[in-house]
Amino acid sequence: MIGPAAIRLAGWGFRHASRRAWAVRDVDLSVAPGERVLLTGTSGAGKSTLLRALGGLLEPESGDTAGELTLDGAPADRRRQQVGMVFQDPDSQLVMTRAGDDVAFGLENTGTPPERIWPAVDAALDAVGFTLGRDRATAALSGGEKQRLVLAGALAPRPGLLLLDEPTAQLDPEGAALVRATVVRAVADRSATLVVVDHDVESWLPLVDRVVELLPGGGTVEHPPGWRPAPLRLPARRPHPPGEQLLAALATGFTHRGSGTPALLPTDAELRAGRTLAVTGPNGTGKSTLALLLAGLRAPTTGTVRPGPALTAGLRRPDRPPHRWPAGELVQRIGTVFQQPEHQFLTGRVRDELSLGALRAGAGNATAARRAEELMERLGLALLAEANPFTLSGGQQRRLSVATALATSPPVLVLDEPTFGQDRETWAELVALLAAQQDGERALCLVTHDAAVVTALADDVLTLGRPVGVP
Amino acid sequence: MSAPLSLGPARPVPLSAVNPVAQLTAIVLVTGVLLISGDLVTPAVLLVVDLALVPAAGLGRPADLFRRTWPLLFSAAGVAWVNVAFGSLEGAAAWQSGATWALRVVALALPGVLLVAATDPVRLADALTVHWRVSTRFAYGSLAALRLVPLLAAEWESIRLARRARGVEAGGNPVASARLLSGTAFALLVGAIRRATRLATAMDARGFDSGVVRTNARGSVLRPLDGWFVAGAAAACAVAVTASVLTGAWSPVFS
Repeated sequence: MIGPAAIRLAGWGFRHASRRAWAVRDVDLSVAPGERVLLTGTSGAGKSTLLRALGGLLEPESGDTAGELTLDGAPADRRRQQVGMVFQDPDSQLVMTRAGDDVAFGLENTGTPPERIWPAVDAALDAVGFTLGRDRATAALSGGEKQRLVLAGALAPRPGLLLLDEPTAQLDPEGAALVRATVVRAVADRSATLVVVDHDVESWLPLVDRVVELLPGGGTVEHPPGWRPAPLRLPARRPHPPGEQLLAALATGFTHRGSGTPALLPTDAELRAGRTLAVTGPNGTGKSTLALLLAGLRAPTTGTVRPGPALTAGLRRPDRPPHRWPAGELVQRIGTVFQQPEHQFLTGRVRDELSLGALRAGAGNATAARRAEELMERLGLALLAEANPFTLSGGQQRRLSVATALATSPPVLVLDEPTFGQDRETWAELVALLAAQQDGERALCLVTHDAAVVTALADDVLTLGRPVGVP
Repeated sequence: MSAPLSLGPARPVPLSAVNPVAQLTAIVLVTGVLLISGDLVTPAVLLVVDLALVPAAGLGRPADLFRRTWPLLFSAAGVAWVNVAFGSLEGAAAWQSGATWALRVVALALPGVLLVAATDPVRLADALTVHWRVSTRFAYGSLAALRLVPLLAAEWESIRLARRARGVEAGGNPVASARLLSGTAFALLVGAIRRATRLATAMDARGFDSGVVRTNARGSVLRPLDGWFVAGAAAACAVAVTASVLTGAWSPVFS
């Protein structure tokens, strides 16, 4: 153990190879040993780049560096053994199949003698409060538990600097709170300096000493103690009188083939024209499964999903349930926005992406193109018309995926975690976009963990609970 | 789909007591003999030995055995059928040739199935790096990549549903299904590469392959049992070849 690290950046900047603009520039920052710093800034301000630089992970050949960056007076790539780092997605950080082996992985890499590894593993598991034991299979853990294990792996070599890159962005509120509590516990003795990047600024504020904002044009601003981020912009709420029933789930449940426990217990839900239904509840209660059933993408294993007459009008076989409708008829009636927008992109241009749905549904080229123009204008995507959907930023991809679902004007729109992992700006943009879709004709179904989204948009709330006896 | 691919820590079965490198040595022996032999008797005898080990690999229940081996049985049946239907032989000779091929395929692949069923992948990587000096970069890199396979299966399903939600579905059209399949595969590949890149960065951040000589927390020990296991495999090979020669069936492929 070497003790907490001191960070010093002087006029530091980095430009990725093949890019003309600097990802970060003119950063002057000193962090004292043991200090806890929250690093904020809008998307694309270079927070992750700076964190990688501190972790010594920016290869010199991957871009140009300006100024100076040192940990305890030495370049960061010479101090890599002193740094522990945690990223967003727990599934792409765990290496081993058992909890204890995974925590040991970092210690093995640094050549720690085997007889010193297991005491260090136990100490790290204890420090993060992981009580499920060394032999627990990593694949069977919840997102929050996995991330807690990743944190133990980062802490096991007793780093002098702990870097967290959006460690809670992919977790539900329960998991996020677990990870934050774990971090507090781990750095309570100030044995490590802490730098956190997270879009959920408010939750980290009580846990840090300082807040430093990276400015998009370069440089930093240090926020004074007691600073709070600007409140979320919420769209004005309008009353939404319930219209005709468009879709109803009647004791609808789902069990995966070969699985003993149901993914969704029999549930009733209804979607009415003009109303927005929010589906909430802890992880593992089948929220996303319910969304897939309502969206006509999976067949329920118990109960039925019954479409109303307004939805079945014009179908070739109106007697069939939504999951048996041909895809071309489905897109005109029920639009779905998935959690991972990239899964839904099918073309190489934003413009083509938006005309595709209309073409599939049988509209002519001219109509489809006109509809695409109109949507791009309305959703602020006009400047990106020729861009490749896969190269857009996370927020832009989200907007595009909502736009693609709207392209065929379906009366029902089902969205799975539309604001998941978004920064405040994008969040406000998306909520405003969804509020604009709430009109007398359309029913929205939002599956979400995000209490603020429920407050901003929901007319009705369905809270799914865990079945008794299932953890 | 995910069951034969699932990569949890394997629950210990009697065969797990044998070090993975001893099991691999036995597999190499058996494979060598099977590749040389061209008759029906040799694979039949070795298959009997394989089958005797099935309960020790925790596959004693027929349902478990079938779950692990159906792709193998399917391909063995395919090989036999191709031989009978398209081979140059006629009548009983064709059937015998088909049966020989099917038996060889099963006898060749079954030891591998037993190894996978009885061996924790982490223990395999440990044994390979400790005893056979396989590069740790390769062994643990593969291990980390293998962990992502079940995630890919889930992702495949999600991409397929996302496409239906966009109005893209093959219906009964085979050309459209082929195009849809390639599109889905491409989306999956893009996702897999991104995930693999993130995994590589995370492993990098944990000091993997940083030039320091890696230690192994679990270690991997060879015991007398491992020696006996390899000797047993050699004996089984010897018995199989002897039986084949004595029955006059022996016809090595290189003769």
